[in-house]
Amino acid sequence: MTRPNGEPLVRLSGVNKWFGELHVLQDIELSIDRGEVVVVIGPSGSGKSTLCRTINRLEPIDSGDITIDGKRLPEEGKDLARLRSDVGMVFQSFNLFAHKTILENVTLGPIKVRGQSKADAEKRARELLERVGVSAQADKYPAQLSGGQQQRVAIARALAMDPKVMLFDEPTSALDPEMINEVLDVMTALARDGMTMVVVTHEMGFARRAANRVVFMDGGRIVETAEPENFFTNPQSERAQDFLSKILNH
Amino acid sequence: MQFFVDNFDLLKDAFLQTLSLSLLAGLLALVLGTLLAAMRVSPIAPLRWLATFYVETFRNTPLTVVFFFMIFGLPQIDFVIDFFTGAVLSVGLYTAAFVCEALRSGINAVAAGQVEAARAVGLTFGQTLREIVLPQAFRTVVPPLGNVWIAMVKNTSIAAGFSVTELSAVLPRLVNADAGDLTLVLVGVVAGYLIITLPSAFAVHRLERRVAILR
Ligand SMILES: Nc1ncnc2c1ncn2[C@@H]1O[C@H](COP(=O)(O)OP(=O)(O)OP(=O)(O)O)[C@@H](O)[C@H]1O
Ligand SMILES: [Mg+2]
Repeated sequence: MTRPNGEPLVRLSGVNKWFGELHVLQDIELSIDRGEVVVVIGPSGSGKSTLCRTINRLEPIDSGDITIDGKRLPEEGKDLARLRSDVGMVFQSFNLFAHKTILENVTLGPIKVRGQSKADAEKRARELLERVGVSAQADKYPAQLSGGQQQRVAIARALAMDPKVMLFDEPTSALDPEMINEVLDVMTALARDGMTMVVVTHEMGFARRAANRVVFMDGGRIVETAEPENFFTNPQSERAQDFLSKILNH
Repeated sequence: MQFFVDNFDLLKDAFLQTLSLSLLAGLLALVLGTLLAAMRVSPIAPLRWLATFYVETFRNTPLTVVFFFMIFGLPQIDFVIDFFTGAVLSVGLYTAAFVCEALRSGINAVAAGQVEAARAVGLTFGQTLREIVLPQAFRTVVPPLGNVWIAMVKNTSIAAGFSVTELSAVLPRLVNADAGDLTLVLVGVVAGYLIITLPSAFAVHRLERRVAILR
């Protein structure tokens, strides 16, 4: 796959972040084009989740700049809430709202944040639930669904905001193996439809199928960036070689 | 028995007084306690400090002292309120601290992931609290809130010492009765409290089962 052209939608420049003494993100430079799918890979604790979470400022950064669609991330407050609504996020642990039905989970944002009418929001929510294959569960509660179904609802919930970019933080690593593919298929379809995506995952099949680029992180740094095929067959850095030999021989 | 019947109106008035004192103070405590709980988890530090100060002050002050301040302290600074209002304020302000703490434990029990998800969708702090956190917090705190309510109903008896016509205040008025009659009246007073607290306990239990969240 080649990289689509265009101005960067997401740009991180000179980003640094500390957790106390720990320098979790070190001089991060990364720009992501519209429609691009970037897979972030790396050992545990390398800062992948933190990187993902800085992009919608769930984690504030200590220095550097992050822009989305040319705009700097605002400080905490109404503007930030608005910006977040343009950035969809899917978590490892689904995080559906336990006291709301599947349909309500998807319509909440459009109604409360976008000010859509209930009828419009529900219509769109049902379309999205259909698209991710869980429309039959619309009136159930999250706990009544399988993990794979919950994660697909979480994707629908994020899509309902018509985000400019979607962040996925290990969306399949809490799932039973037989459910992984149903989620990856939805994500692959999204990628095909041109969604800009940042995906933290170790699913090489998905990376090969859907990603334009693989970003390899280690120790809070981006160590290597490459096209998926190149990265997996011919990693340049020693640390990437080391990491890949571990996960491949697993 | 005749004695009991003669004094039934007195008992009945006292019962109604206790009931309305409990309901008004309970409402005040619920509203103020929710507000305090929201302040205690807010991102704005001064609000957190203020709420913490309030809660610690009231939790560590005997209710009798709160009453004393309302009934005798306020008039000293030319702020006179009638006994009943004073009682509602005392019990309500005091109980709000306990409502706040019960709610806060419920808020902390709501999975942090859901709060993040709400923020990620673009809900503001207030919306996250209203839509996601508080509805779930209220459900998990139905039993502890029920206990706070029952303790509060019993606490209204302190108003008796400050002469609001309240269920326990009936007792001293009846001292010149003989032992048997007095026992009967005492039973009546106890029954009066139970009429309020037992159905409450039952309602709490029912509510608890109705609102239990599937996990
Ligand atoms: N809130 C926090 N406070 C302090 N340290 C944190 C916090 N969150 C993460 N860390 C630390 O920062 C480092 C990077 O964490 P991060 O979650 O970004 O790693 P990761 O690459 O996503 O790892 P994993 O593959 O295990 O999910 C880790 O050492 C982690 O312990
Ligand atoms: Mg992680």
